[in-house]
Amino acid sequence: MSGAVIEIIREKGKDKVDDSDPIVIARAAYEHPLVVRLCHWINTVALFVMVGSGLQIFRAFPSFGAKIPQKDLLHWPKAFAIGGWLGGALQWHLTFMWIYIATGVLYLGYQIFSGNYRQVLFTHRDVPGVWPMVKHYFFFGPKPVVRESYNPLQKQAYTSAIGLGVLSVLTGLCIWKPIQFSWLAWTMGGFHYARIWHFAVMWAILFFVLGHLVMVILHGWNNFVSMLTGWKKDLGY
Amino acid sequence: MKGEEPAEERKAGETDRRLDDIEVDDKKIDEAKVANKKISASAMDENSIDEKKFRLVSRREVLKLTPVLALGAFAIPGLQEKLLKKGLGFSDWASARLFRSGHRATTFENADLASFDKFPINGYDVDDPGVDLENWRLTVSGAVKNPGRYTLAQVQALPAIRQNTRHVCVEGWDVIGRFGGARLSDFLTMIGADPTAKYITVTCADDYYESLDMATALHPQTLLCYEMYDQPLTREHGAPLRLQAPTKVGYKQAKYLMELKVTHVLDKVGYWEDQGYSWFYGL
Repeated sequence: MSGAVIEIIREKGKDKVDDSDPIVIARAAYEHPLVVRLCHWINTVALFVMVGSGLQIFRAFPSFGAKIPQKDLLHWPKAFAIGGWLGGALQWHLTFMWIYIATGVLYLGYQIFSGNYRQVLFTHRDVPGVWPMVKHYFFFGPKPVVRESYNPLQKQAYTSAIGLGVLSVLTGLCIWKPIQFSWLAWTMGGFHYARIWHFAVMWAILFFVLGHLVMVILHGWNNFVSMLTGWKKDLGY
Repeated sequence: MKGEEPAEERKAGETDRRLDDIEVDDKKIDEAKVANKKISASAMDENSIDEKKFRLVSRREVLKLTPVLALGAFAIPGLQEKLLKKGLGFSDWASARLFRSGHRATTFENADLASFDKFPINGYDVDDPGVDLENWRLTVSGAVKNPGRYTLAQVQALPAIRQNTRHVCVEGWDVIGRFGGARLSDFLTMIGADPTAKYITVTCADDYYESLDMATALHPQTLLCYEMYDQPLTREHGAPLRLQAPTKVGYKQAKYLMELKVTHVLDKVGYWEDQGYSWFYGL
C-alpha cells in the first residue's frame, strides 16, 4: 500500500495545455497509514509530557550517586518542567506513560501485522546506502537515487528511535518497579544504572527529535503535511 | 576488440537498468491501483486523481486525526486534576496486579550496607516528636479479635527478622540499610486480624499516617521494625516502632507508630497520598 504513486491531474483550467489529456501537476504517494499518523501525534504529545514531567521528577534528586553526600549534576529550571512539584510531576508521568506505551504498542502491532514495517525497518540491505546519504546531507555529496519511501539513513534513524522508545519504557519500568522487574533491572546493571539509562535514553530521544525536526524543516512543507494527510507530494526523498 | 568490450558492458548495464526501471514502474502502478481502491474508490480512477478531489481526500485524512485533540482535555483546568487522579489510580491498580506476594526484594551482604550515619533522615516535619518511650503502647483496633494496647516487648517476642534491603525514596535516591523487627504478618496473627480485611492503617506520633494493602502487609519482608543496624531504633529513625516494607517506596515506611487499625474500607489513606502521591507505590 505504501509507496504507491498516483498522479494528481488538472482537468480544466488556465494551465491546461492539451484539450485531450489532463495535465499532471504533481505525483503523490500514500506513505503514512492512519494508525501510524495517529500514533505519531499522540506519542508526540505523550513524549513532550514524559520529558517535561521526567525532568521535574529529576529535580527532586538531580544526582545519580549517594544521597549523603549529594552531588547535584544540573539544576534544571522549573519553567521547563511539567507538574510544578514532585507529586504533580509523578501524576503526569504515571498517567502519560500509559498513553506513551499504548501508542508504541499500537504502532508496533500495526506495523508488524500490516507488513508496513518493511517501509521503515532498517536491515542489512540498507547498510551500504547509509554513507552516501550521510555524504549528501553533511558533506554536500550528490543526492543518491532513492526509490523507496524512506532512504537508508532515514530507516536507520527511525528504527533507532523506535528502539530508544522501547528502551525508555524498559528502563522506566525498572525504576518504577525495581523489585517486580528485578531480572530486567539486573540486565541494566541494577536499579542505580536503570535510572542513569532512563536519563540517557531521554537525551538520545531528544537528540533524535532535534535531528528529525531539522530534516522535516529542510524537506519542506509537503513532507510535514504527509504526516497529517498520509499523502506525500514531494517524492524526492 | 579489447577496447570495445567495456563500452558494450556499459551499454548492456544501462539496458538492464532501464528494464529495471520499467519493472519498478509497472509494480508501482499495480500497487497504486490497489492503494487507490483501498483509499477511495470513487475519488480516484486507476492511478490518477483530480487536484480538487485530492485536496478533498487530504482534508478528510486530516479530519481523521481529531482523536488526537482529546488529549487537550488535560489542558482544561478542573478536568486536568480529575484525569491525572484517574491516571494515577490506574497506575496503582496496575501496581497491585504486578505485585507478587511470594517475590522477595533483593537482600544484600553486610559489605553493601551504607554506613548508619549516611542513612538519610527524611522527617516530614520534626526529627523527634517526643515519644514517651517508657510508657509507649501500640493501640490496635478495627477488624481484630484482640484489640488493645500492645507493648514493645510483645512485638519483640515474635520471631525476629533481620534484613539488608534497599530503601527507595520517591525522590529517586536509594540506600541499602539493615533493618530488624517482627513480621507484620506474625503480629496480625497475634492480634487475630480478620483475614478478609483489605487494609492496615497506621497513625504516628507526629500526625503522619499511612496505609498498606493487605497483600503487602502479609509479605514476608514487611516488618514492624524496632532495630536498625542491630541497634534499637533511634528517635530520628522512628523509635520505638516503624513500618519497614522493602517492596514499598520510602514514604510508606511510617515512623513512631502509635495506632494500627485493620479495616475493610480505607478511610485514612496517607499523609503524602492526600497531597497527591500514589497510594500503592509498590516497587
